[in-house]
Amino acid sequence: MESAILKATNFNASFGENHILKNINLEVHKNNVWAIMGPSGCGKTTFIRCVNRMHELAPNATAEGSLKLKGEEIYEMNPVMLRRKVGMVFQRPNPFPTMSIYDNVIAGYILNGIKLSKMEKDNIVETSLKQAALWREVRSTLYKKGGFLSGGQQQRLCIARALAMSPEILLLDEATSALDPISTSMIEELIHQLKSEYTILMVTHNMQQAARVSDKTAFFYLGELIEANNTKTIFTNPKHEKTQEYITGHFG
Amino acid sequence: MGRVSETQLNNKKNIARASLSEKQVGRRNKKNLFFKSVIILGTLISTLPLLLILFYIFKQGISAINWNFLTHLPSPVGETGGGVSNALVGSIMILLVSAVIAIPVGIVAGIYLSEVKNSKLGYYCRLAVDVLQGIPSIVVGIIIYEWVVRPMGGFSALSGSVALALMMLPSIIKSTEETLKLLPESLKEASLALGVPYYKTILKVIVPTGISGISAGVILSIARVIGETAPLLFTAFGNPFMTTNILDPMSSLPLIIFNYATSPYDDWHQLAWGASMLLILMILILNIISKIVQRKWKVQF
Repeated sequence: MESAILKATNFNASFGENHILKNINLEVHKNNVWAIMGPSGCGKTTFIRCVNRMHELAPNATAEGSLKLKGEEIYEMNPVMLRRKVGMVFQRPNPFPTMSIYDNVIAGYILNGIKLSKMEKDNIVETSLKQAALWREVRSTLYKKGGFLSGGQQQRLCIARALAMSPEILLLDEATSALDPISTSMIEELIHQLKSEYTILMVTHNMQQAARVSDKTAFFYLGELIEANNTKTIFTNPKHEKTQEYITGHFG
Repeated sequence: MGRVSETQLNNKKNIARASLSEKQVGRRNKKNLFFKSVIILGTLISTLPLLLILFYIFKQGISAINWNFLTHLPSPVGETGGGVSNALVGSIMILLVSAVIAIPVGIVAGIYLSEVKNSKLGYYCRLAVDVLQGIPSIVVGIIIYEWVVRPMGGFSALSGSVALALMMLPSIIKSTEETLKLLPESLKEASLALGVPYYKTILKVIVPTGISGISAGVILSIARVIGETAPLLFTAFGNPFMTTNILDPMSSLPLIIFNYATSPYDDWHQLAWGASMLLILMILILNIISKIVQRKWKVQF
C-alpha cells in the first residue's frame, strides 16, 4: 500500500473555546477524490481549511495534533510554501477583478514574483485552462478582465488558477453551491478528469454530487469523523447509524 | 383552527372600504404633493447659494483673467496689470510637497485601520483621526509655526506643506479605510490561498483593487486644502517674487487673495477676484477628476 498523501492523526481544531474538530484520523491517498459530508456546522470546512492553514487566519483559531502532507507536518511548514502545494477553490468564485483572464490563471506566479518566460506562461495558461475546461470559451478574450464571465466560468477560472500551481492536493469548498446546474455538472465532469493527476478533497452538501463524483466519502458529525470509507460502501451499506440517518435524509 | 365565516369576511371588507372615503384619499394626495414640494424646495435652496457664489465670482473675476494674469508677477502699487504667477506656482508646489508627505502616511494608516478590526491601537488611531479632522486650521497653523517654522529659523513653503499635509491626512486615511473595508474578504483569501505572502497580498491585490476609491479620496483631500489660508499665514507666509525653493517663503493663491482683498487698492481687489476664480476653477476641476477616476478605474467584480 502506498503511503498517504495527507494523513491526519488525532487532529483537533478550535476557535477559542469552541472545539470544532475532535480527534480526526483520516488518510487520503493519491489520485483519490474525497467527498467531505455532514450537516452544517460539523467542521467540514474547518477541516479542509486546516489543510492549507487558512483556518489560522481567523482570530483565536488553534489546531493541535498531527496533520501531514506527504509525511511532512503541515503545522511545521511555512504556510506560504504550504499553500503553493495545496490549491483551494472557494464557495463563491473569486477571480482577481483587476487582472485579465490570462493574468488570473498565472496569478500564483505573478503575485509571488516568480519569473517565467513568455512561452512558459503561455504554456501554463493554456494547459490550466484546458484542464479547467474553459479554454475554448475564453481563448479569444484572454487579455480581457474576467468581470464579464458567468459565475460558472469564473469558478472554472478559479480552478484553473489553482491548477496552474500544480498543487499536490486540490481543496474544493462547496465549489458548486453558488452555481447553476449546468455549470455544476461541468465542474463535476472536470473533477472526474482531474482525478488522474490530482488528489481532491471536496466539501459538499449535495449527497447526489458526493455519490456521483467521489471515490471516498468522509462523514463528519458535530466535529467528529463518524465514518470514512469508499463512497459506494457509505451510500449502500453505512456502518454507523448517524451516517445512515443523514444519507436517508432524517436530519441535516 | 377556526374557520372565518362568510359574514365576518364581508364585514371586514365593508369596514376597510368605508374607512377610506374618496374625500380622505383626496386629502392624502394633497398632503403628498405638499410634502414633495417642500423637499424639492429645500433641495433648491441648498444648491442655490453655491450657484450664486460661482456666478458672482466668475462675474467679478473673469475680467481679471488673461494671459498676463497667469504669467506675470504682481505689479507694484500704482502700476496697472501684473499677475499671480508666483502664487499659482507656489500653490502647486506647496500642494505637491504636502501630497508627497500625506499620501504615503495616509494610505498606510488607512490600510492598517481596514485590516485590524478590534485592536487598541486601531481604536485610538480612529479616534485621533476623527479629532484631527475637527482641529481648526488656524490651530494647525500655530502648531506648525511652533514645531517647524521656529526651529527652522524662518517661514518656508516646506512648513506650509507640513501644515496642509496634516490637514489632508484624516480624509486620506478615512477614504482609504472605507474603500478597503468594502472589498470582499474572499479576495484576500484567494490571494493567500495561492501562497502569496500577506504583504504582497495587500500591495498587489487589495490596494490595486481599491485604487479608484483611494485615489478619489486623495484628490478630494487635495481639493479640500487647496484653499486653506490660515495655516499658510503662519508658515509659507507669502512672497512677492517667484520662487521654487521650498525652504523659502512662498506665495500661494489663498494668501494672495487674503493680502490683496484686504488692501485699499482697486487694482489689487481685481487681482484678488481673479485669484478667487482661479482657485475655484482648480477645486472644480479636481472634483471632476476625482469623479472620473472613481468611475473609470472602478473595479468590476
